[in-house]
Amino acid sequence: MSTNVDGGQSVAVSDVRKVDRVVIRFAGDSGDGMQLTGDRFTSEAAAFGNDLATLPNFPAEIRAPQGTLPGVSSFQLHFADYDILTPGDRPDVLVAMNPAALKANIGDVPHGGTVIVNTDEFNKRNLAKVGYESNPLEDDSLDKFQLHQVAMGTLTQGALADTGLGKKDADRCKNMFALGLLSWMYHRPTEGTERFLREKFGKKPELAEANILAFRAGWNYGETTEAFSVTYEVAPAKLAQGTYRQITGNTALAYGVVAAGQQAKLPVLVGTYPITPASDVLHELSKHKNFGILTFQAEDEIAGIGAALGASYGGALGVTSTSGPGVALKSETIGLGVMTELPLVVIDVQRGGPSTGLPTKTEQADLLQAMFGRNSESPVPIVAPCSPADCFDIALEATRIALTYRTPVLLLSDGAIANGSEPWLIPDVADLPDLSVRFATEPNAPDGSGEFWPYVRDPETLAREWAIPGTADLQHRIGGLEKQDGSGNISYDPDNHDKMVRLRQAKIDGVTVPDLTVDDPSNGEARVLALGWGSSFGPIGAACRRVRARGMPIAQAHLRHLNPLPANLGDVLASYDRVVVPEMNLGQLALLLRARYLVDVVSYTKVAGLPFKAEELQGVFTDIVTGAKETKA
Amino acid sequence: MTAIDLGLPQLGGLADVPTTDEPQKAKDYKSDQEVRWCPGCGDYIVLNAVQAFLPELGLKRENIVFVSGIGCSSRFPYYLNTYGMHSIHGRAPAIATGLAVTRPDLSVWVVTGDGDALSIGGNHLIHTLRRNVNLKILLFNNRIYGLTKGQYSPTSEEGKVTKSTPMGSLDHPFNPISLALGAEATFVARALDSDKKGLTEVLRQAAEHRGSALVEIYQNCPIFNDGAFDVLKDRDEAARRIIPLTDGEPIRFGPDGEYGVVRSGFGGLDVAKVSEVGEEGLVVHDATTDDPTYAFALSRLGDQALTHTVTGVFRNAPRTTYDDAARAQTAQAAEAKPADLQSLIRGNDTWTVS
Repeated sequence: MSTNVDGGQSVAVSDVRKVDRVVIRFAGDSGDGMQLTGDRFTSEAAAFGNDLATLPNFPAEIRAPQGTLPGVSSFQLHFADYDILTPGDRPDVLVAMNPAALKANIGDVPHGGTVIVNTDEFNKRNLAKVGYESNPLEDDSLDKFQLHQVAMGTLTQGALADTGLGKKDADRCKNMFALGLLSWMYHRPTEGTERFLREKFGKKPELAEANILAFRAGWNYGETTEAFSVTYEVAPAKLAQGTYRQITGNTALAYGVVAAGQQAKLPVLVGTYPITPASDVLHELSKHKNFGILTFQAEDEIAGIGAALGASYGGALGVTSTSGPGVALKSETIGLGVMTELPLVVIDVQRGGPSTGLPTKTEQADLLQAMFGRNSESPVPIVAPCSPADCFDIALEATRIALTYRTPVLLLSDGAIANGSEPWLIPDVADLPDLSVRFATEPNAPDGSGEFWPYVRDPETLAREWAIPGTADLQHRIGGLEKQDGSGNISYDPDNHDKMVRLRQAKIDGVTVPDLTVDDPSNGEARVLALGWGSSFGPIGAACRRVRARGMPIAQAHLRHLNPLPANLGDVLASYDRVVVPEMNLGQLALLLRARYLVDVVSYTKVAGLPFKAEELQGVFTDIVTGAKETKA
Repeated sequence: MTAIDLGLPQLGGLADVPTTDEPQKAKDYKSDQEVRWCPGCGDYIVLNAVQAFLPELGLKRENIVFVSGIGCSSRFPYYLNTYGMHSIHGRAPAIATGLAVTRPDLSVWVVTGDGDALSIGGNHLIHTLRRNVNLKILLFNNRIYGLTKGQYSPTSEEGKVTKSTPMGSLDHPFNPISLALGAEATFVARALDSDKKGLTEVLRQAAEHRGSALVEIYQNCPIFNDGAFDVLKDRDEAARRIIPLTDGEPIRFGPDGEYGVVRSGFGGLDVAKVSEVGEEGLVVHDATTDDPTYAFALSRLGDQALTHTVTGVFRNAPRTTYDDAARAQTAQAAEAKPADLQSLIRGNDTWTVS
């Protein structure tokens, strides 16, 4: 076994090598089925009991021109025998289905890495398309890698020769050949994939059989050709006890919404307009109508959130899901939700921007939009999941805040979390929080008039009473105009407005948020804190492990609540010499922290559309920890 | 993609809304808020007509909701003792859709104006109508922006001189009835603010209709567009110009009923002298005509100058409502598969670490 904290390969006596972790990247044309291939390998790794993390990376175009660089789609999978935090920085193994995939990805493969190419696509035309002047398989440019050349297309065609399948259909099975070959190399179980293919092509058994044949052909190719002298074993990970499944962020988010409706005992209306990368939340929820989930695909983003708010007004749980450009369109309705003080869950799966930006790439640059992107003083609570599985819990938390405080809540996921996956320790439903609400049933006017005043507040939470239509004697009117404290009648009184602005702010500032916990194995020796939010949890954590493994203490903390911030955050910040805040934006959290706590945090930013690499943050942290030491000395 | 026949039954518009035996009066529907429209505003008359009409429905007041957008007319909910939401500009149909879909026990009304419904909210209006959500939309058309103090609206006539168009408006106006019918609205009607009887009759039919009902109400703005509909309020002029629709009756108008409506050209309609075409040549009005082309042709008989104006119910042709269909799917799903959260989140592919 390797002793390196990063993992690494060590040679065993036989031709089977045990490794503690592997990063594989499948890359091909958009139409080559790389996402499916990666998904299947992931399921195999999960079924085997490895810990894992994935990073799909695909173009916004549905089918970019074949064989071109913009058309390359890839899926990276990191699996290990211990708990890992990221999809991996660099692939140990690159599977390249064509020259474009090779060219786009080879730069990420470390010296000595394994490169498996589908030679069938390496013809003059395809090479020219991506600017290869000579065939990299024939010159010395790939010498520093362990190159395996496999005619995957031809071999697949051969395996399917007797099936009667047309050439084109047969060729489309070559991704399963690749999967079979990799499954053999890493001793993966295969039953799951065969079962999956039979189900997927249930109505076309001939295609199911063809794909299974190709899958087995890939496996047998590895087994019989001796082209691959070693295979690798990654033992199951020693994760916490319990039953696990693999889950993506968007699926976990959808399940969280279903669970929120169940725990609140409310019907759920999901008013949404399709947008990448949030659409899968809608797709998943639309399958679960049996839980009282109504999915409403509206004519636009505005109607989506409008319907959700209308449903909340009627006593349902209103939910809307979108990405950054959609939040821009929904801003006015979020403001109406702030003013009418109705519960609403607004899911923003952030993507690269501004404007249409990078629809399929990740970014976390909507924090200030969530925080301030409305007219006037319009505070809303903000929460953010730190990993795909955390999306389930964060949906419940967003709902708790929305229902308890009668407010729109912004939930900031992002593209990396949405499409990435990891093992999830399946919670026991009996342990989920009770989110049930109490609607107003009685007149409440403090003047004893027997009327219902919609803006009478709970002294503890400052939440107003929620009286839903259909409740006798509580007829009232609410709206976007400023209202008198208590009665809710329209009011233009200057002092009343000042009071209401402050009350709305105080309500959000008073949302109960758990204290921030700090991870510091050095028991307080660390003088530097790495603080993040959202999907950078993985790379920040992995980088901290590496820094610590080299004998330098560093503390890590991660914010799941961005507004309000945890009450102990000021003390936490003050107790370190330096606080470094890595963000996939230009320092939005750093700006808030500096403004609120007058702490000169170190902002490290990168806005490349891809998650941070652990290696990169390791360098940043090491410099700061070293620098902090020097400053002290 | 496959299409599925939803096969849903037809019900009345208020089938699921609880009723009361207690007698109701117009004043029961007045809220304690002071009405703040300008003196002489047509909105007062409409408010009175609605308050006088609602008791007829015999519904529990708490099961009636008025949702509005922004504009003068959108203050309407504040003055009614029902549930109400004064929302944001143009979005009332979207908000009301969410409410109607989740609450079949409510009678949901939208109050909007020509700016709110046809400019900023045009998209929501047409999509609500095509979906046929069970809600009633009262579109107060005064052909001007009142609340923002006198700019032209999408129903203002070409060349109109307003604060924002000192050299005359360049915009070609919408015919709201034609627009609604283009979206295949299942119920479309028009009434005048000054005609309480006609307005009440149209409201009654709209309430009973299951699905989206669009009622255009010509409404006078005494401040910024005074007299826009005066020619329809003068008794003699009105007789010459207004073409009233009564289901099952030949369409006839004029001081002595000397004019009528006949078929013409490519499915169109025209005005003719009864003496020339004969009683038997007149079109007998049938609002239930399934093909919206007929009602559309009726809507084209009128023009912006009000040479003719058709009033009454143009179309009342029920089809499945979005909200009924959505709830039916949910019920069907619940019947087919019990809601088992643990089993859902567990899924099919799990592994256990012991």
